[in-house]
Amino acid sequence: MTPAAGEFESIVRLEGVQKYFGAVHALRDIDLSIGRNEIVGLIGDNGAGKSTLIKLMTGVLAPTSGRIFIREREIQPGEYSVRMAHDLSIETVYQDKSLAEKQPLWRNFFVGRQITNRFGFIDIKREKEVAQKILIDTIGFRGVGITVDSTVGNLSGGERQGIAIGRAMHYNADLIVLDEPTAALGVAEVRKVVEFVRRIKQSGRACIYIEHNLAHVHEVADRLVVLDRGRVVSEINPKDMTVPELTEYLIALQHNA
Amino acid sequence: MAQRSGVSILQRFEALPIIIVFVLLLLLFMYRAPEVFLAPYIYTTFLSTLPPLILLAAGLTFVIGAGEIDLSFPSIIAFSGFVFAVLFKEYDLGWIAVVAGLASGILVGFLNGIIIAKIGIPSFMTTLGTQFFWAGMATVLSGGKSYALRGVEESSVWQWIVGRPFASASTPWLQELSIQGLWTAIIVGFLWLILTRHRFGEHAMFIGDSNDVSRVVGIDVDREKIKIFTLMGFLAACAAIILTLENKNFFGNQGQGYLLTAIASVLIGGTSIFGGQATIIGTVFGCFIIGMVEAGLVASGLTGAWVRTVQGLIFLVSIIFYMYADEPQRRQALFANLRSLGRLGGVRATEEGGVRR
Ligand SMILES: Nc1ncnc2c1ncn2[C@@H]1O[C@H](COP(=O)(O)OP(=O)(O)OP(=O)(O)O)[C@@H](O)[C@H]1O
Ligand SMILES: [Mg+2]
Repeated sequence: MTPAAGEFESIVRLEGVQKYFGAVHALRDIDLSIGRNEIVGLIGDNGAGKSTLIKLMTGVLAPTSGRIFIREREIQPGEYSVRMAHDLSIETVYQDKSLAEKQPLWRNFFVGRQITNRFGFIDIKREKEVAQKILIDTIGFRGVGITVDSTVGNLSGGERQGIAIGRAMHYNADLIVLDEPTAALGVAEVRKVVEFVRRIKQSGRACIYIEHNLAHVHEVADRLVVLDRGRVVSEINPKDMTVPELTEYLIALQHNA
Repeated sequence: MAQRSGVSILQRFEALPIIIVFVLLLLLFMYRAPEVFLAPYIYTTFLSTLPPLILLAAGLTFVIGAGEIDLSFPSIIAFSGFVFAVLFKEYDLGWIAVVAGLASGILVGFLNGIIIAKIGIPSFMTTLGTQFFWAGMATVLSGGKSYALRGVEESSVWQWIVGRPFASASTPWLQELSIQGLWTAIIVGFLWLILTRHRFGEHAMFIGDSNDVSRVVGIDVDREKIKIFTLMGFLAACAAIILTLENKNFFGNQGQGYLLTAIASVLIGGTSIFGGQATIIGTVFGCFIIGMVEAGLVASGLTGAWVRTVQGLIFLVSIIFYMYADEPQRRQALFANLRSLGRLGGVRATEEGGVRR
C-alpha cells in the first residue's frame, strides 16, 4: 500500500481548504504541504485554527471544501476517518485527549487496532509483550516503576506524552502530529517532550508540532507556519529569526488586526 | 513506586472487596438464621429468582461502564414480556413467541441507542422518556390485563428455559433446581469474556473513560453506544421471558421492582458511576448480596420495609467506599480534609480551653 521511498515529496498536502463551523469561518484558503522528514511548527494565537487544521489532516473532521492529498494521493472527502489516517501511518498526540485515564497502558497502546483473533477477542498476552517492548525500547522507560499494567492516571504529564508519542512511533507513523504536547508541563517534563520530537526527526519521520511556547518550537522545527484567524499568514525558517524577533513579529500581527 | 505501578490488590483480583463482603454477610446470616441459610432451599430459590436480576445487572454493567445509564429496562420487561405472553398464550406460537419477545427487546434497546448516539440526547433523559413510552404501550396493548400462563409447564419452551431437570430425583432440593441458573451462568460468563477480552468490551470502557479520547483513537463511539443499548435491550428481554415463565404469569408492572436493585447491584459490585471501569464478577456478587439481604432480613424476622432501607444503605456505603478506594486523588483529598478538620478541631479545643480558663 505504502509507496516506496522517493515516490512522494510531501506526506500531507492541502489545497484551497475551507472549514466552516456553522457561520464561523475557521479555516480560509489553506494551501500547505508537509515534507517527508520535516518538523513543521504550527503557531498562532488562541482560536487561530491550529487544532482544526490538524483535525482535518488526521480524519477527525472533514473539510467544508478543498482537497487533501496524502503521499500525493487525493483523499476522497467523506471516506477519510481516524482509522484511515492510522492505516496511512498518520498518528496524532493531543495535549490531554490521547490516553484514557483509567485504562492500563497496554490497552491504551492497542485500542482501536487491537491484536485479536477473528472473533474479535484480544490476545492479551501478546499485547502486553509488545507494550512492554514499546515501553522499554521505543520510549526508554526503565526502572521508573512504570509497567504495562500501570493506569495512565498515575503517570506524570511528560510520561503521558512519552507514552503517546512512543505509541505513534511504534505504529511506524510517517507523520506524527502533536497538538500542544507540553501545555501544563514542568520544565523537566517539557525537555522530555522536546527530546521525543528530536527522535521523530532522527528516525526519518515528519512531525507537525503545535506549540504556544515559541522557544520550544523554534528549537526543533525546520519550518514555522504562522496561522492567524484561519489563514496561513507566513512561513518562517527558524534560522532567519531569533526567538525575540519571532515574538515581536507575532505581537505585531495581533496589532494589525 | 508501588503506588505508581498502579496494580493494587484491588485491581489484581477482580471484585475482591465485594466477594469478601459477600462471604462475611453470608456467615452473618448463617449465624443469625441458621435454619434458613444452612439449608439448601434458599439457594435453590436463589437459582430460580435471581437470574432476571443478574441478567439486567450484567447489561447495566456495560451501560454504566460506558458512562451511560438505562432507566428504561423495567419497561422493556413489561413490553417484551407482553409481546411474549400474548403471542404465547393467545396465538399459541411457542418458540416464535420467545424469538418475538427477544426481538422486541432488541428493538427497544436499539431505538434507545439511536436516540442517544445519533440524536445526542443524554441517556438519562432518553431512557426516562422511553421508560414511560414502552411501559405505557405495554399497558395500552394489554388493556391492563395480566396473562396467566396456565399449564405452561407442559410446553417445551417452559421446560427448556425455566424447567426443573431433576424433578424426578429422590432428593427434595435437587427437584427444585431450575435450569435458568445455568443459562444465566453461561450468558454472564460470555459477557465477562466480552468485557475483559473482547474489542467491544474494551471500547465500552474507553468510551466510559472519555468520549473524546475514544474518538481520536479511532473508536466509532456512536456505533458502540448503539450496540451497548441494544445488548441491554436483549438482556432485559431475556429477563422478561424468564420472569414471565417462572411466574407462569405476565403482569404489566412486573419489571418495576428491578430499577433500584439492578442499578444497586452494579454499583455495589464495583463498577464506577463515572464510567471507564466495570466488573461483571463484581456485579454478580452485587446481585447475590442484594438477593441475600432480602431473604436474610426477612428470615431474621424483619419486615419488607427494612429490606429496602438496608439495601439503600448498603448501596450508599459501597459507592462511597469505591469512590475513595479506587480514585487516589479523591482518597488524598479526603485525608487532607480529615487532617485539616482535625487541625481545626484541635484549634477549637485549645480556644475553648482558653475560654474556660
Ligand atoms: N467543533 C467546533 N464547533 C464550532 N466552532 C469550533 C469548533 N472547533 C473549533 N471551533 C472554532 O474554530 C476556531 C478555531 O479553533 P481551534 O481550536 O482550531 O483554534 P486553535 O488555534 O487550536 O486555538 P488554541 O491555541 O486555543 O488551541 C475558533 O473560533 C473555535 O471557536
Ligand atoms: Mg488548539
